[in-house]
Amino acid sequence: MTTATLSPTAFAPMSSRRLFIFGGIALVAAGMLFGDIFAVFILHQNAGQQGASLIAANQAVAAGNPTAVGEIFSNLGGILEDRGTKVDAHVHMIGAGYLALLLALVQPYIALAAKTKKRLATYFIAGGVLFPIGIFLIHYVGLAYSPFKVIGWASILADSAGALLLIVLLIEAWGFRSYLRTRQLTEPAIPDDDSWPRRALLSGGTLLIFFGFLHGAWYAGAYLYQHERMETDILGKMMAAASASDLPAATAEVTNFGNLAGAHAVNIAAHSHIIEFGLLAMLLSFIQPYVFLSDLWKRRWTKVLLAGSLILPVFVLLELKLGLLAGGIADIGGLMVIVALVGMLSGVLRYTGTLDAGGSR
Amino acid sequence: MTGSQRLLIFGGMSLAAFGMLYGLHYAVLVEHQTLDRLGGSLAQAFMDAASRNPAGSQAALEAYGQTKYDYVRQVDCHSHWIGLAMIMIVLGVVFGRVNFSERFRQAIALALLVGSATFPLAVLLQTYHHGALVLKALSVASSGLVIAALAATAWGFSRPRTPV
Repeated sequence: MTTATLSPTAFAPMSSRRLFIFGGIALVAAGMLFGDIFAVFILHQNAGQQGASLIAANQAVAAGNPTAVGEIFSNLGGILEDRGTKVDAHVHMIGAGYLALLLALVQPYIALAAKTKKRLATYFIAGGVLFPIGIFLIHYVGLAYSPFKVIGWASILADSAGALLLIVLLIEAWGFRSYLRTRQLTEPAIPDDDSWPRRALLSGGTLLIFFGFLHGAWYAGAYLYQHERMETDILGKMMAAASASDLPAATAEVTNFGNLAGAHAVNIAAHSHIIEFGLLAMLLSFIQPYVFLSDLWKRRWTKVLLAGSLILPVFVLLELKLGLLAGGIADIGGLMVIVALVGMLSGVLRYTGTLDAGGSR
Repeated sequence: MTGSQRLLIFGGMSLAAFGMLYGLHYAVLVEHQTLDRLGGSLAQAFMDAASRNPAGSQAALEAYGQTKYDYVRQVDCHSHWIGLAMIMIVLGVVFGRVNFSERFRQAIALALLVGSATFPLAVLLQTYHHGALVLKALSVASSGLVIAALAATAWGFSRPRTPV
C-alpha cells in the first residue's frame, strides 16, 4: 500500500495512533539529541573530573587525612550523580518514545472507546516528557524542601511520571484483553505495506538486533566478570600505593581504572545502541504508510537512518583504538539518525486531516 | 491475529509492565539506598586507607565490590525485561511475515517469551547467590534461547512469501 491510498480515517488528525506516532518519534529524536549533546559536552569532561577526584583522594590517603578523603568522595558522588542522571534521562526519554511507537502499532487491538484511547495517549506522552525531566532535575534539586530523607522532589516527579506510564500500559493491556474476547478491531489495522523502505527497515532492524545480542553475549561471557574483578583489584592496588605514599604508582592505577571504565562503557554503549537502533528501525518500518513523503525521500531517510544506526555503535567500539576521532564519527552517526527521524517526523506532520493523502504529495 | 502473535504481544506487554513495576519498586525502595551504600563503602575504603587501617579498607572495598555486583545486575534486569518485551511486541505485529508453519511460529514465540522472562530473572537471582554456577548456566541458556529464536525469526523473514 502506498501513502496515496491510505484512508484518512485510518489516521485521523488527532487519533490516539497519531498522537503515539508523533509523540513517540519526537521523544526518541529529543532523547537522542540530548544524548549527543551529553556525549560531546559533558561525558569526557565528567570522566576527567572523576579521575582528578581519585588522584586527589590518593593524595589525601598518602597524607593520612581521612577527613579530606570524605570531602573528596562527597564531591565525587555529585560528579557521578551528574553523569548518571543525564544518562538515565537520555535512556528513559528514548525508552518512552519506543513504547509510544509500540502502542501506536497495537491501537487497533485495544478494545477501548476512541476518547479513552486518545486520553491515554495524551497521558502517556505527558508522562514520557515529565519522566526524563524529573530524572534530569534530580542532580540540581537534590533534597531541597523534601519531606523525605533520601528522595527529593525531582525523584518524586520522575517516579510519579513512571507510575503514570505504568498505569497507561496496564489499561492498554486490559483493552487488549478485551479485544481477545470480542476479536473486533476498534480501528483499521496497520496497512500491509511491502514497500522498499519498509522491507529495508524491517530486515535491517532485525539484523542490528541480532548482532547486538551476539555482541552482548560475547561481552558478558568473555569480559564482564573479568572487568568486575579487575575493578576491585585496581582500587585495592591504588589504595595500597597511596597508603605507602607512592603517588606515581597510585596515579598509574587511576589511569588503569579510567581505561577499564572506558572499555566497559563503550561495550555497554555499543551493545545497547545497536539493539535500540534495530528496534527503532523495525518500529519505523510499520509507520512508513503514515510518513507522507515521496518514495524517493522515504528511501533517503531510510538509508540515512540505517547507516547512522551502524556507524554509531561500530565507532563507539573503535573509540578504544582510535580515540576521539572515532568518538566524533560516532556522534555524527547519532546525528544522522536524528536527522532521519526528524525527516520522517515532518512526513507524519504533513498529514493534517484537511488534505487527502493524494493531494498531500 | 494468530496464536503466535497473541503470545508475543500479550506476553510482551505483560513482561514490559512487570519490568516497569520492578523498576518502580527498585527506584522507590532500593536504588537510593544501594547508591548510598555503593558510594559510602568506596569512600570508607579510602578513609580507612588514610587512617592506615588496611583490614578495614579491604573489608569496605569488598563491600563496594559486592554492592556494585548487585547494582549492575538489578539495573540490567530492569532494562533487559523491558527491552526484550518491546522486541517481542514489535515482532508480534509482523510475525505473520515469518514464513514457517503456525506451529513452528508458536514454538519460536514461546522460546522468545521463556528466554526473555528467564534471562533477566537468572541475572537478578545472581544477586542473592553470587557466582552460583546454576544461575550463570541458566542465564547463558536463556539468552541463547532468545538468540536462537531471533535467528529463526530473521530466517523466517528472509524466506519468500508462501502463496495462500
